[in-house]
Amino acid sequence: MNITRGFTGRPRVDHPGLPPGQYDAGDEWPVLSAEVTPDLAPADWTFRIDGMVAEPRTWDWEQAHALPASAYEGAIHCVTSWSKFGVRFGGVSLDAFLDVVRPHGSATHVVAYAHTGYTTSLPLADVTGGRAWIAWEYDGRPLPAEHGGPARLLVPHLYFWKSAKWIAGLRLLDHDEPGFWEGNGYHARGNPWEEQRYSGD
Amino acid sequence: MTRTTRTTRTTPSTPPAPERFTPPTRFAVPGRVGVSEQAASVWRTATLTGIRRETPRAATFRFAVPGWPGHVPGQHLMLRLTAEDGYTAQRHYSIASAPDDSGHVELTLDHVEGGEVSGWFHTVARPGDRVEVRGPLSGFFAWPGDRPALLVGAGSGVVPLMSMVRHHRARGLALPLRLLVSARSPEELIYARELGAETTTVFTRSAPEGVAVGRMAAAHVAPLMAEPPPGGWEAYVCGSNSFAEHASRLLVAAGQPVDRIRIERFG
Ligand SMILES: Cc1cc2nc3c(=O)[nH]c(=O)nc-3n(C[C@H](O)[C@H](O)[C@H](O)COP(=O)(O)OP(=O)(O)OC[C@H]3O[C@@H](n4cnc5c(N)ncnc54)[C@H](O)[C@@H]3O)c2cc1C
Repeated sequence: MNITRGFTGRPRVDHPGLPPGQYDAGDEWPVLSAEVTPDLAPADWTFRIDGMVAEPRTWDWEQAHALPASAYEGAIHCVTSWSKFGVRFGGVSLDAFLDVVRPHGSATHVVAYAHTGYTTSLPLADVTGGRAWIAWEYDGRPLPAEHGGPARLLVPHLYFWKSAKWIAGLRLLDHDEPGFWEGNGYHARGNPWEEQRYSGD
Repeated sequence: MTRTTRTTRTTPSTPPAPERFTPPTRFAVPGRVGVSEQAASVWRTATLTGIRRETPRAATFRFAVPGWPGHVPGQHLMLRLTAEDGYTAQRHYSIASAPDDSGHVELTLDHVEGGEVSGWFHTVARPGDRVEVRGPLSGFFAWPGDRPALLVGAGSGVVPLMSMVRHHRARGLALPLRLLVSARSPEELIYARELGAETTTVFTRSAPEGVAVGRMAAAHVAPLMAEPPPGGWEAYVCGSNSFAEHASRLLVAAGQPVDRIRIERFG
């Protein structure tokens, strides 16, 4: 351990939900996107799943809202080291979309891409089984544009760069294809509990 | 895997329009420079060698970092402080210094009210103290000095941009480079003594006699966009989120292509 002289840090709150190296951002919700926030109206939003699936499909806003609603309430964790507790998102479980397109058994990974061109890669197992959402509501209101509205991917158990804002689609693959940050030195999976921040962690 | 079939001009009938696929990329991808995965994953001990006051709220901290692999202007690093009980705090900081091979890097930190890490730096740190760093990180907001650059920053957002300006000077680059920087007042303008003819300043709270006070506006951006260099600008916007939103919208409205704006938000 490399102790910093005179550094005590804030009084520790023993928060069982706080992964190592993270701090509680409280009411703050920092915005960390490298792109210009797009003006994307719900009417222009579409979401597509294709690649290794039986039936590729594109949903528009209304079609996506016709799927059964599903909410997430819990924590989110950003690789820049803040975590946020008790957040409430509303949308649809990704499972509901995947049930429609029927993934091939050989699909192992997904590339999520945004309407801006941002991409992020994830193991398929991380976005199935009730662990991922397409979210369009935050705290009972429409998701603000700077946080990815009208709709974003939400994968709360991984660092938040995986939760692509302005989500446009998922492509299922039988291999891992690094997305934007993954190609910029970040970890392929990004599990906050294992501090998988950068590749090599 | 999908195979793309090429449609030639001689195809007798037009195939049905494909369903909407990946939207056109309106975002500058991929990163400008490759990042060494190995360098990014190693924590190194950095020794504080000097502190330079910049403004009442900001100071520059110079570190010797044995084994530092070098950086490209615009990149940042992760810094970690460790308390005696093992508690750690880590934050990202942009690198302020131009790349050189002296094994030193400089960071410029704002003193954030109640801030855990910046608070330690501004009230406890003294030369000889050791902290840990890893990086450099993210090749996205990096400017190797290869294209005309329009730099727009506010507050401590000027830090990575200053690395670019210093690099431009140190290398004697002839490429056009302009800096548009916003500060609350002349006293709070970081690197004031170093800014030169490439810089336009905007003051939001108080300004010298005869200089307007106000937010960065279309009128500040217009002259820079009116005479773009051949091939246009590569724009780099850095600051708080609200500044980044405001400035990037001004640039888009003035005609800067969205896919040639890179943004670093300090949160
Ligand atoms: C890519 C990147 C580059 C950056 N580069 C720079 C740079 O060059 N220079 C720079 O100055 N900054 C930079 N930043 C911002 C920097 O990372 C820190 O966010 C900043 O220094 C504040 O950290 P802190 O530990 O001092 O404050 P924090 O402790 O994080 O506090 C921030 C605010 O939240 C409040 N707060 C948070 N938690 C608590 C709590 N538990 N109790 C009470 N109050 C709390 C504090 O009062 C304060 O107002 C950069 C950020 C990013 C993402």
